[in-house]
Amino acid sequence: MSTPAKELCRLGLREAGAGVAAKAISSSELVEASLARIQATDGKLGAFLAVSADRARAAAKAADARAARGERRSELDGVPVAVKDIFVTKGVPTTAGSRILEGYLPPYDATVVERLEAAGAVIVGKLNMDEFAMGSSNENSAYRPCHNPWDLSRTPGGSSGGSAASVAAGQVHASLGTDTGGSIREPAAFCGVVGVKPTYGRVSRYGVVAFASSLDQVGPLAREVGDAALVLRTIAGHDPRDMTSSTRPVDDYLGPLEEGARGLRVGVPREWLSGGLDAGVEAAIRAALDTYRRLGATLVDVSLPHSKYGIGAYYLIAPAEASSNLARYDGVRFGLRAEGAKGLKEMYAESRERGLGAEPKRRIMLGTYALSSGYYDAYYLRAQKVRTLIRRDFDEAFRSCDVIAGPVTPSVAFRLGERTGDPLQMYLADIFTITCNLAALPGLSVPCGLEAGSGLPVGLQLVGRPFDEATLFRAARALERELGPLPAPPEP
Amino acid sequence: MPISDFQVVIGLEVHAQLLTASKIFCGCSTAFGGAPNAHTCPVCLGLPGALPALNRSVVEMAVRTGLALGCEIRPKSVFARKNYFYPDLPKGYQISQYELPICEGGEVTFTLDGRDHTARLVRIHMEEDAGKNVHDVSADGSSGVDLNRAGVPLVEIVSRPDLRSAEEAVEYLKALRAILMALGVNDGNMQEGSLRCDANVSVMRKGASELGTRCEIKNMNSFRFLKQAIEFEARRQVELIEAGEPVVQETRLFDPDRGETRSMRSKEEAHDYRYFPEPDLPPVIVEAALVERLRAALPELPRAKAERYQRSLGLSAQDAGNLVADAAVSAWFDAALAAYGAGPEAAKKVANWVIGELARLANETGEAPATWKLTPARLAAVLRLIDAGTIGGPGAKQVVEEVFRTGAEPDAVVKAKGLAQVSDEGAIEAAVDKVLAANPGEVEKYRGGRKNLVGFFVGQVMKEMRGKGNPAVVNALLRRKLGD
Repeated sequence: MSTPAKELCRLGLREAGAGVAAKAISSSELVEASLARIQATDGKLGAFLAVSADRARAAAKAADARAARGERRSELDGVPVAVKDIFVTKGVPTTAGSRILEGYLPPYDATVVERLEAAGAVIVGKLNMDEFAMGSSNENSAYRPCHNPWDLSRTPGGSSGGSAASVAAGQVHASLGTDTGGSIREPAAFCGVVGVKPTYGRVSRYGVVAFASSLDQVGPLAREVGDAALVLRTIAGHDPRDMTSSTRPVDDYLGPLEEGARGLRVGVPREWLSGGLDAGVEAAIRAALDTYRRLGATLVDVSLPHSKYGIGAYYLIAPAEASSNLARYDGVRFGLRAEGAKGLKEMYAESRERGLGAEPKRRIMLGTYALSSGYYDAYYLRAQKVRTLIRRDFDEAFRSCDVIAGPVTPSVAFRLGERTGDPLQMYLADIFTITCNLAALPGLSVPCGLEAGSGLPVGLQLVGRPFDEATLFRAARALERELGPLPAPPEP
Repeated sequence: MPISDFQVVIGLEVHAQLLTASKIFCGCSTAFGGAPNAHTCPVCLGLPGALPALNRSVVEMAVRTGLALGCEIRPKSVFARKNYFYPDLPKGYQISQYELPICEGGEVTFTLDGRDHTARLVRIHMEEDAGKNVHDVSADGSSGVDLNRAGVPLVEIVSRPDLRSAEEAVEYLKALRAILMALGVNDGNMQEGSLRCDANVSVMRKGASELGTRCEIKNMNSFRFLKQAIEFEARRQVELIEAGEPVVQETRLFDPDRGETRSMRSKEEAHDYRYFPEPDLPPVIVEAALVERLRAALPELPRAKAERYQRSLGLSAQDAGNLVADAAVSAWFDAALAAYGAGPEAAKKVANWVIGELARLANETGEAPATWKLTPARLAAVLRLIDAGTIGGPGAKQVVEEVFRTGAEPDAVVKAKGLAQVSDEGAIEAAVDKVLAANPGEVEKYRGGRKNLVGFFVGQVMKEMRGKGNPAVVNALLRRKLGD
């Protein structure tokens, strides 16, 4: 091995894939470097819940054999990646961050896992997350906390905290997360990586442990915009096993990637920059908007008047769906079962009492209440109406712009333990990301610099028209090219 | 106040299993039986991450059912989750339809005591079946769950409270069953549970305009039990009212061993199912063109067929009704008639065999018409042997039974069993002479005017000929010899 392991780990996804194809590096070298880095750093970082070294080594060997034959499955053939522990993986423990699934071995692979492996990507393990993706700091993981590589005393964000931290720390070249209210974009912003929540229906949810079915969407995290685009192109597209997945063909995200920002109309929602935002974050966002103007884009003032109802609507719809989705964790067929219970009701109650953490329980109660007879119209139905109004706001805004830009989060990564006592404060971390899920639109977080003072990454959020991920990638790439890459975070 | 002063009011909820090869939301087989959990996959086991994918043939069968019952077909209907905990319900919710079912309105017409009645329908919706809990599967008395049936497609057909007696409820269910079977969407098997029925029963004083408090009765897996359960329940409610006690709205279970209903859960214990639209499934869109294509392809339905049997074949209303109760039987009848002949006389003969002897034999063996070894062509051959005088009534019965059991050709059976009847006048005359000579007293009486003794003489001659005498020839010869 000619290149030091640490340098191999900092290679971009496409760069690493090209190296394997050119036989400049082997997949086995990449995978060993990744496993070694996980070994060296994860004790402090806590990004992984499971590492499947044997399976990864075997896959790397197969990729090297392909490379030797001159075969290449895709541009990411042979490159180590990792997936959030919310994706079921055949024979590999899948917990969704919950005790109730401790030791559970799924008998099948999620569609996105199949697609990554079919493209030759090597999955080295399963990434830490908030229990059932419920959280914004990864502190709701039932197993271990995950730390932000920029400052280990801070949260990496959540719920895809492990997905963002592992990519930022160079453990893997890219990862998959899921985003129900901001769970990819917020950790991506906190950890200084690119994170994409595609249009609802762009990526199959088959094999994704469900949190809130009408909001959940799978997306990539990577250190470069183009790498994220490549992963999304690999996993996107119709899946007959998920009837909510779209039959629309997948666009070429990489083709127009370098077209720049000239002529782009960038909408700036006035509600997103009018208070409630930390000064350092606001400064970085305004600087990014200025950069767009300098690159030849036009800034357009737009309004999303109903976005202020987003949090309220979200915390009715998501818990309602979650209360139903989590009913299957009952101790009957898989996962944790309370032994020694007397009778069926006690077995249910005890298994769920022991197996589920405080946040899932809170949301199950919220959702059960919202769906109860006599309350359905006032809560769930009204929240769905708000959802329609939010979507109309966006439709209206997109009449005068091609992409909407604003903050991902009101602050940079906060300290671990800072908000755990105040769920409402925690929920407000999602204030800018949630509307995107409610409106089923694609959203992307791209690093736009480090906050002055703290030196922590700030993310710019870009929101696009339905299925117009290509424009998001193009706009994000223009900024990335102009600003240059973020420095690597300090060694954990 | 006697029970006759009360009016019973009944509405039925019928669950019919659709005859698709695979389940409603996955590719697993719907076959009945099989080792526990042999027909399961991540979807019907409700494993984490699994999602439902709708089987379109379920939609088509539901639409065809709706069209046959005169329902409005919704161009856009919505699946909903019905949430409750039970071990046989793997996801903790059943995927059903709630606010926007696929069919609304419609009606079922049935005949009782020669009069037509119509019960209106509220709706028909699609849903998945649950699995089944199996108790005492091991020595420690623990229970198991068999999810082979989980995800089997059902339609629930809900009537208005338009039925006014247990008999009406039974005839309604028979008519509905015949329609579902004629459509080929359900096998009509109530014992195996592929056709199930719950009854909402209330009583009110005759002439009252307001319905009484209803109870929902579950677990009636035969027509007889349905009748028993409703009659018991109506009597129970009348007795409560007469004793000045209120009827409590609740769900009650029918106990077939004791012929009574008993409380299962009260209104207070009733589940709050927390219905909401199923986010994993987009709305079901049924294009007008599909509706028209399915409408055009509907088979002849039982009542239309019964009318045709009466009008063009001259069958009685009762015979026609009997034949159309099971579409497989009427199809067999049609084939046998086509193989044998045409016209009312032929139809009556074929119908008599189908309704009488064949129904008896089929009931004994439990075989469906399509698998009868007595094919329509073989029955036609038997009838032609009768017409030719080769066999008589008793012989024919033996031939049919033998063919039904073995599948042998009728003429071969006639030969093998020596069932051909004797029409030869010489042989018959010898027997007649012998009988008359042996019974001089009876001959005297006959000639003295006791003409009904002819039956005695025919019987004696037949006995003499071991049943093989051609009855027409025997009769003619007897009358000639007795001097008529």
